[in-house]
Parts: sequence; C-alpha cells; structure tokens
Amino acid sequence: MTRLLARYAECIFWMGRYVERAENLARILDVQETFSRDSRGAHDWGVVLDINADRRRFEEKHGQPSAQSVLRFYVLDRENPNSLVSDIWAARENARTLRPLITTEMWVQLNIFYNRVLTLGIDDLAEERLSRLCAQIKDGCDAHYGITAGTLYRDEAWAFYELGRAIECADQTTRLLDAKLLAAALREGDDAAGDVSYWTALLRSAAGYQAFRRRHPREINQEKVTLFMLCDPSFPRSVAHHLAAIEEHLHHLRRRYGLRAASRAIEHLDGLRDDLEPAKVTRVIAAGSVHALDDFIQQSLTELTGILGRAFFGWPSADKAEEPASAA
Amino acid sequence: MRRLSALGGTVFAATANGRQGTATMQAQVQTSGSSQSQPGWSGTFRGYDPGPFYCEMLRSAERSAAIARVAGRLDALPLATLRARAGDAETELYNLGITFTVYSEKDAIDRILPFDLIPRILTRGDWATIERGVIQRVQTLNLFLHDIYHDQKCIRDGIIPADLVLGNANYRKEMEGLDLPFGTYVHINGTDLVRGRDGTMMVLEDNARSPSGVSYVVENRHLMLRAFADLMENVPIMKVSDYGQRLHDRLCEVASPAIEEPQVVLLSPGVFNSAYFEHVFLAREMGVPLVEGRDLFVDDDRVFMKTIAGPMPVDVIYRRINDDFIDPEAFNPESMLGVKGLMRAYAKGNVQLANAPGTGVADDKAIYAYVPRLVRYYLDQDAILPNVETLICREKPALQQVLERLGEMVVKPVGESGGYGITIGPKASKAELDDQRAKLLADPANFIAQPMIDLSVSPTLTEDGIEPRHVDLRPFAVTGRSTWVLPGGLSRVALRKGSLVVNSSQGGGSKDTWVLREDVA
Repeated sequence: MTRLLARYAECIFWMGRYVERAENLARILDVQETFSRDSRGAHDWGVVLDINADRRRFEEKHGQPSAQSVLRFYVLDRENPNSLVSDIWAARENARTLRPLITTEMWVQLNIFYNRVLTLGIDDLAEERLSRLCAQIKDGCDAHYGITAGTLYRDEAWAFYELGRAIECADQTTRLLDAKLLAAALREGDDAAGDVSYWTALLRSAAGYQAFRRRHPREINQEKVTLFMLCDPSFPRSVAHHLAAIEEHLHHLRRRYGLRAASRAIEHLDGLRDDLEPAKVTRVIAAGSVHALDDFIQQSLTELTGILGRAFFGWPSADKAEEPASAA
Repeated sequence: MRRLSALGGTVFAATANGRQGTATMQAQVQTSGSSQSQPGWSGTFRGYDPGPFYCEMLRSAERSAAIARVAGRLDALPLATLRARAGDAETELYNLGITFTVYSEKDAIDRILPFDLIPRILTRGDWATIERGVIQRVQTLNLFLHDIYHDQKCIRDGIIPADLVLGNANYRKEMEGLDLPFGTYVHINGTDLVRGRDGTMMVLEDNARSPSGVSYVVENRHLMLRAFADLMENVPIMKVSDYGQRLHDRLCEVASPAIEEPQVVLLSPGVFNSAYFEHVFLAREMGVPLVEGRDLFVDDDRVFMKTIAGPMPVDVIYRRINDDFIDPEAFNPESMLGVKGLMRAYAKGNVQLANAPGTGVADDKAIYAYVPRLVRYYLDQDAILPNVETLICREKPALQQVLERLGEMVVKPVGESGGYGITIGPKASKAELDDQRAKLLADPANFIAQPMIDLSVSPTLTEDGIEPRHVDLRPFAVTGRSTWVLPGGLSRVALRKGSLVVNSSQGGGSKDTWVLREDVA
C-alpha cells in the first residue's frame, strides 16, 4: 500500500486543527456574549483579544475594541487569520488538497459549510443573534467530526487528523480557562455570586456543566473547575483527555505503521503529562499561577507540533516558525 | 415492512419506507409508450426546429428505437419539471465541488461548467465507427512520433515538410533516440469530433498533450443517474465509470516489467490550477497519490516521493503539467512546478511519463492537415474518420483555391492556438479579407484553411424552452500496450444561440453522452 504523502499528513493535521479552532472560537464568543460584562453591565470584548494574543494586532488596525469591531474581527474578517471565516476557509482549502484522500461526504459537508459561512453578514452579529450563530458554527463542526468518524478510512491519515484535533482542542481549553482569569483580573467588584455564574457559563460553553455537576455535586469554584478542565481524563474537552488521545495515536504510528520517528514526540508528551499530575496542578492553583500554567501548556503543544512537523511533514530541522499559517 | 425502534422506553413506529420522495420529482417520466419518432411533438418538443443542421436526437432517432423512446419520454415531461431537475443538478455540482476556480485579486470564485441534462445519444453503429477511427488515429500519431524522434522517414519520404516537424515549437530534441515501451508516446488522447449536415463524423482537432474533460464525462453520468434515472430506464447505455481503472491498468503496463506493483502518481500544478478538480478525480479513480512537484525529487536518476515514512520510489507519472515546466533543469529554469532532474531519470528509463514530452508536435494545426496522409503512410489504410476538409496553403493548388473562395473559408494560422488570428470568411469585412489575402500571399506556409462547418445540434434546455444548440464530441483514448476508448466522451455544447464555440471559457457547457449497446430497443 502506498505510504501517505508527507504533505497530505500535514494537510489533514491542519484540517482537523482548523475545524477545532473554529468550534472553540465559537464557544469563546458565546461565553463572552453571555458573561463578559463589567459591574455596569457593559460587555468587555477586549478579553477575547487577550485570550488569543491578538490585542496588539487588533488595536493597530481598529483602535479601541468595541463589541461590534471585535465581533466583526473574529467572525467576518477574512484578513484576520483567526476569524471564523478564515478558519473554515483554511479547513476547506486543506480539504480541497486532500480530496483524493478524504471521503466525498467529508468534502461536501465542508464545502457547503464554508459556502454558508460566506453568506454571514453584519446583521448576524447582533446581540440577539450571536448565540444562534455560534450554535450553527458548532453544529457545522460537529457534523464534520461525525462524518469524518463515520467515513474516513482508518490509516495513518486518521492518526494525523486526530492528532491535529487533540492538540488544537487542548490548546483551546487552556484559552477558555484563561478567559475567566483574564476577565477577573480586569474587573473590579468581583463577587462570589458573579464568580459562580461565570464558572457555570464557562462549563456550559465547554459542554461540561452537567458532567461537572455529576462529578462535583456540591460546590463550584476555581480549583474544581480548573482541575476538571485540565486534569479530568473522563471529560472529553479536558487537556488530560486530549493528551491521552495524542499518546494513543503516537503509539499507533510507531507500532502499527512502523514510524519510529514518533518516539521523539512520545518523549515530549511524557514530560507534559508529568506536569499535569492533579497534585501538581492543585499546588499551581493555590499559588495563583494558573495563567502561567496555561501558557506553559500552549508552549509545549506548539513544540509538539514542531516535533511532528520535523518528523513527518518535512519541516526543516532548524527550529524556525512556530507554525505555518496554513498547510494549504 | 414496518420497522420498530425503541427510544427511552417508548416504542415508535418508523415510517413505512424510511425515505420520502424528493420535492422535485413531481412528475414521473413515462417509461412506456412511444417507440418510433413521431412526426409531430405534442409536449415539450413542440416547436423544436433544428433547421438545416443534423439533429443528434431526432435524426439519430430514425436509426434507433431506443433514441426515439428517449425523445418521446422527454417530450412528455413538463418543462417546469425539467427546469426543477436542472436546478437541482446545478446545486449538486456546486456542493460536490465539481468546479473550476476563477481567481481575482481578492476572491476565489467557484464556477461550475454549465450542465445540460438532455443527453446526447450515439447509436451503436456511430460509435463503432468512432471507436475504430480514434484507435486508428492514435496509432498513427504514436507511429509518427516514434518516427520523428528516430529515423524521420516521413520527412525523408517527403510525406511531411521537415520545417513543420523540426521547426515546431513543441519538438523536443531531448526525445531523440529514446525508446518508449510499446512505442507509446500519447497515452491519453482526446480527439475533437464534429458532425456535418450529412451526419458524417469528422476530426476537427487532436489533443495529444494533456487533454482534459474526462472527469466531466464520468461525473455527468453520475449526475444523470441521480437526477434522471427514469429517463434511462431500459435504455442499454455503455458504462463509463471504469475509466480510472482502465487508465491505471495501462499506465502500469508501461512501467518496467520487473516491478510487481508499479507506483503511479498524478502530477498536478496544484489547487490553483483550473483543472484541479479533474486531477483530484483522476487520482481518486485510479487510487494513486495526487502529487505536486514539491512532493517529488530525483536522486541518482531515480524519482522519489516524500512520504511520512521517508522517500518512496515512483515508477510512472501521469503529469498534468506542460512540457516546459516538468523539469527546470531540462526546460524552463524558472519552473517551480516541476521536478529537477526528471528528464535524466526519464532518459534512463527509470520512470515513465504520460504523456511523453514532445507529443505537442502531433496535435499541431499544421500537422493535423497531414494526418490522413500519415494514416495511409504508416498503416496503408484510409482514415476511418476524415478530417474536416483542410487546405494546406503552402501547397500551390490549395492556395489558389483558398484565394478564390476566401469569402467562404475559415483561415487559421498554424502556430497559434485558442482561436487567435483566425479569419472567418463569411463574417469578415472586405478590408479584413484583403488583409488576409495579403498575409496569405506573403507567407502561405503559415496558414491552413477550412470551409465553414455546420456543426450538428442537440436539443438543449434554454430560457426559451428546448432549442437546438451546436455540439462537438471529445472521445478519450488511453493507450499502453493497446488502445481503449471510453465509450462516449465529452459532448460540449455552445449554449449561446447560433454560436459554434463550445469552449467553456466562451459560454460552453456539457452534456452526458450515451453510447447505446444496441440500436434496437
């Protein structure tokens, strides 16, 4: 059987990442819409810029962030590589390259999804509609995962697809967690009730509220939510869950497909998993350094991508760009 | 049979037959009834008048009960139903991404090749002639190419002027003396055919470089099977779906026999190429990787592709990149699309290219005029498919004729393509004709001339109902050890009223092309 082209492996890795990125961005916008208000009830959309480390880039072009300008930037702006339109575009461009590999069903869904996203306009950003828009994006992404899981042949390509998704989603989960921390830092007059409702909203936006309640019926606070999001292997959007998935796929690549180059990535992953022991994370929470931990995880995942790039995608060994804008 | 399902303890009865009819299937085609072509149409065909042209539906129906039956079914179908189905078909093409992309500075716009869902149907008898004719023509082109890159007997024997071959921009010195498996240069060929008023099929052009369009042949059929299965019921149509497999088989044939499982790849310029969809289609149908130049490299005169498991050898490359771009070392040094050193590997026989470099000599306009003579020269046969009458202006008596009939001729410069520099006599002004006359006298060897051809027409759905529109036909032939012709081909239709131009860039669309297995119904 023909071995997978290095370029295809990279494309399918990024296709998975971009869809995850779009979904998580929709989740972040949704939770901000609902909860990022200061004591006077005004939205603070600047937080979203901080989560994505986009504030400087944004302000250079658009000045002071407003609800309107931030939403336009993240939903419609095709010049912003981190907007929903750009994410779905990039996923679809990668899919276009991958058409000989992926199923027709996968391609058709992404193609239709993209064409629908293209029709979005400024009206769809109105406050009363935003939540529906986010739900549509999430639905489109979920349909993509479902069709992929149901139709894609399980060979190396599948492993790279899943690796891309898991790395992206783990990264995004830390950003979602940061949304709360950054918002709290910016806000005055934070109260306990506001806190609880915020954590609730955050869990809801990660589709984890019910599960959290079952796991922790009595109390909702920063420590428990943080542990849940980072360390609970049973919660499918937690970092721990994704790291386990990454490990499984790396082992597959090494054993089933004889790709010994996966070893280096496995070693790197072992280090990161050690740092996410619940006991260690609890100490980090107590020390008030969750934001730094989030940064560390993001950094480590970027390094993991670089290792995969050099081992499988034909990236040059000199460690250059963190990640290319798109493999398409 | 009703199916039961349980959900949360409650038992539901599912609908009797899981599926619901689609909204557009309001009217079913009548699958029984009319067998012979009727003198008068009572339905959708009422008022349809092909004029003096050969009609691919009505005239062919005189020779085939099956075609007559299809015409009868179409006539019985309300125009609104046809339109609804046509709309669905277009949406489907768009959703499936069977598109070519037009790039502007800011946007990338996906366009579909317009699809007309009234099929063009060929009788078994017509097809038998076309098939034999195409095979003969491909055989001739391959013999000609082998000859010009070896002994050049056809030049020495005075069959063809030396300058047309050796002075041809597509002649590749690098090919001289190379021996190709089975003498096959043109592995994939498209022959453009037109049908005249009397029903004769004639060759208008050969496409021996990188003919495109075959993906539409197969996809159009898939589309018809979904949108119009009732029209096809009990009509014996030859299948086109195995093109990819047949192509793959033949490409494997030309690989070194020492290789058990030859690695075939399709080399594309990439997603920005307007024919990218077709490249995807071909790679998928053959089950081979779609590669770009950057996925390949040459080491020690062997070609490799870069995979996640390291370099893997490549044996056959179906390249959809022009000669000039395949190897920056041998040809255009600016090319980013090709593979450095590819021609060295090729010359050593370590990799096969389809089509071979240098086939462009054979499908040149100037050479075209000589193909009937080449058929006779190499095969000692008459051409089964005649050329359109072509006058070679470098030959004195022909030039005389052209000058006398200039007002009724189409004069084409031999070096140009894409319709540039053509003078269409009946449509030209006096000044233009005078200008053309002067050019002909100054450099007769640069021109060929053909009479205006009355292309056949095919009933086509237009805004004004069903109307005749001109069509051509491009059958595809694949050759390894032997030649196989895909039954049917791409029927292109000039959608503009009265237009003879079928090119997609100029308002052309396509139709599904049916070849009947038998003419009786």
